[in-house]
Amino acid sequence: MAILEGRYGPNVVITSIDKIFNWSRSRSIWPLTFGLACCAIEMMATNASRFDLDRFGIFPRPTPRQADCLLVSGTLTAKMAERVIRLYEQMAEPKYVISMGSCANSGGPYWQYGYHVVKGIDLVIPVDVYIPGCPPRPEALIDGYLRLREKIMKETIARKDS
Amino acid sequence: MTQSEIFAYLQTSFPDAGLVLDETQPEPLIVVPREQLLDVARLLNADEQLHFECLMCLTSIDMGEELHAVYNLYSMKHDHKCTLRCRVNREDPVIPSVSSVWATADWHEREAYDLMGITFEGHPDPRRILLPDDWEGHPLRKDYQPQKEWHGIPLEAVQPEDLEKKRENG
Repeated sequence: MAILEGRYGPNVVITSIDKIFNWSRSRSIWPLTFGLACCAIEMMATNASRFDLDRFGIFPRPTPRQADCLLVSGTLTAKMAERVIRLYEQMAEPKYVISMGSCANSGGPYWQYGYHVVKGIDLVIPVDVYIPGCPPRPEALIDGYLRLREKIMKETIARKDS
Repeated sequence: MTQSEIFAYLQTSFPDAGLVLDETQPEPLIVVPREQLLDVARLLNADEQLHFECLMCLTSIDMGEELHAVYNLYSMKHDHKCTLRCRVNREDPVIPSVSSVWATADWHEREAYDLMGITFEGHPDPRRILLPDDWEGHPLRKDYQPQKEWHGIPLEAVQPEDLEKKRENG
């Protein structure tokens, strides 16, 4: 702190609880990576140094207990849907879900005849952001995260009038 | 040895087995009745001239009226290949397991059972391999009726007109 020390004098920052909560939540989205198919390759590329998600505070976690966001990337089969539901339930609030790619959004090429494919993960868990593409490019995934960030910034801890 | 030489060799060992050489396919194949399948497999594996120690692939095909089990064999010692085919009755899909001859057949037969519903008699572990144990039906059969849901997870196709409705309601 040597550079800042004594430079600005005593300081007070005034903000609202909502702003400080939303700011800290949206700037450190830790996704639980749930790679299921080819979308997972794009997800890995996005996490790697070329696209560098760490600059957004996005840092993949291997366990639902530490994660804020469930990133479902790939084809969700019936057998895997049970696991996705369980992992989603294990995550602590507040939690968000990103559906990455056509398969996770709607079943993709298996939307009609895929006997074992869930036709969209929104049939089993709630989804915040859908990213179209087959698979989406890393830029699209980054845009998805930024949209989620915008969504988190609009939240409030106040209860709605009932 | 070529496929027809292998067939001739098998004919001398099993003159009454009813083996047929089908040369209508690009790769000729030997059709074996299910009663003789295990004996023929044992000979193909053990005989010095044939020495098929490698079962490259075991597949099943739904031909409509009947099912087929296909065995692709390879001999690393003699560098020759051979294709066996066994006709399987649709109503009574039971054929002997060759997993005692080639260990590769263990998982391959489980897959053929899982997806095509062929029962392999004498298999050491006759469970499904890919689908859940309580799945209904065998998906690669032409007359397969897909499940509408499994453990409360919906699997039915969402039609485009329903999507419009969903959007209007949401």
